[in-house]
Amino acid sequence: MSDDHGSIFDGLLGGDSSQWAFGTDFEDPLAGVDTTTPDGVDPAELAAYCLMLGDDALIMSQRLSEWCSRAPDLEEDIALANVALDLLGQARLLLARAAAADPGVVPALPAGSPVPPEDALAFFREDRDFRNVRLAEVANGDFGHVVVRLLLFSVARLALLERLRTSRDHVLAAVAAKGVKEVAYHRDWAGRWFLTLARGTEESRRRLLAALDALFPLWAELVTAHPVERSLASAGVGVDPAFLREEVDAVLDQVLAASGVERPARPPLAGAGERTGRDGAHTEALSLLLAEMQVVARAHPSGRW
Amino acid sequence: MNTGRERDPEPVVADRRAAEIAGRERHPESGRRAAEVAGQVRDPEMPMLTLADLGVLRGVEVVREAGGAEVVVASITPTYSGCPAMATMRDDLVHRLNDAGFPRVEVRVVLDPPWSSDWISERGRAALRAAGLSAPGPAPRRTGPVPLTLGPARTAPPCPRCGSPATELSSEFGATACKALYRCAGCLEPFEHVKEI
Repeated sequence: MSDDHGSIFDGLLGGDSSQWAFGTDFEDPLAGVDTTTPDGVDPAELAAYCLMLGDDALIMSQRLSEWCSRAPDLEEDIALANVALDLLGQARLLLARAAAADPGVVPALPAGSPVPPEDALAFFREDRDFRNVRLAEVANGDFGHVVVRLLLFSVARLALLERLRTSRDHVLAAVAAKGVKEVAYHRDWAGRWFLTLARGTEESRRRLLAALDALFPLWAELVTAHPVERSLASAGVGVDPAFLREEVDAVLDQVLAASGVERPARPPLAGAGERTGRDGAHTEALSLLLAEMQVVARAHPSGRW
Repeated sequence: MNTGRERDPEPVVADRRAAEIAGRERHPESGRRAAEVAGQVRDPEMPMLTLADLGVLRGVEVVREAGGAEVVVASITPTYSGCPAMATMRDDLVHRLNDAGFPRVEVRVVLDPPWSSDWISERGRAALRAAGLSAPGPAPRRTGPVPLTLGPARTAPPCPRCGSPATELSSEFGATACKALYRCAGCLEPFEHVKEI
């Protein structure tokens, strides 16, 4: 350890010029991984699917990161930051996989730009090109809100990743196998806090129920199949979330029952002319989130350390 | 104690992927020397462990390219998807191997199979305990869906400082992605536990 990290500037001096200001990690997070598109799969569809799963993780991660230094206590602050980091890691691999499957999805940048494809996807796409569900993007509320959002999100994501482990796509299968271990912790954290707030004080329960009421209409999108999901599921590459519905409902009901909370009788939030987040039809909240997330990268598209 | 171990990371074994690179010939003798050098590189976040003891160093070998140049191909796997230490691990491997006379080093990422805490070696576990950290128990093995855990179902580990079994979980998320926070009711000290995954 002594000589390895003699100076924090060591790695910056004369280092390789492909490091750009926003990505000092591996130039290619999938270096050495087989990214051949499986037989019989449309690369454009595979890329769209990876963007859906990757954008869900990226936008959730960004919202969770906003909690940094704002949680009720240090342990929960660290927990939320850890969950955000796990999801950011999943997003990075999934966006890199999307770019490898179909380079056409990556926004064009000036020639010689050091920005790696997954960063270009995160920082240089317009809001309408994001494929995340709207549940991930709506603005943060109080602590009850983040607990409910993470519960609804991770109940569905864990069930999906468990199935995705057998995907014919090697990258998706590997990302899923790793993600299952991570999201299991996220779901438990959210489930326990849901129970705690539901059975805590009158005020904690009131706030939790208000958050559930507000977020529940957004949940349907996560467990409703999009044509791309259906198509890739039939090719043995993706997962049709509609098939997970029963399992996901059972887990959610387990948390609700333990908490003495009824499932809200609220209809799913309608799309814009049948189009939802998966089609790029988002709420205003995503545009505002992206404005903050992307502003530095867009101001310095060729920024280097 | 840890019967569920899938694969012991020691000694560092040649990674089959590297041999699949077309036009390259493996060089076992240099490979052993490179593996020895790489095997001594420490984890940047838990420096009491080598990357090999942590189980993130999955393979090291030396291949000879068509032109005759020797290239070290080292494979590492992240403990967690968002592990921010991967770049530092790569740089440390490259620098150490460069210093040891291997000017060309490639570090590749292995995502499958995913890292498991079962891959931490016995020597690594001893090093964790010596540093006041609690080593992980066997990782859960499941066939069906992951069960929801609403209570503190995982058995709390004993205190690595005083050995008291009376410990309680503070948070399943700690200063690094791979650790949980506990506190001991015996000596009243907090401690970190490497999570079972």
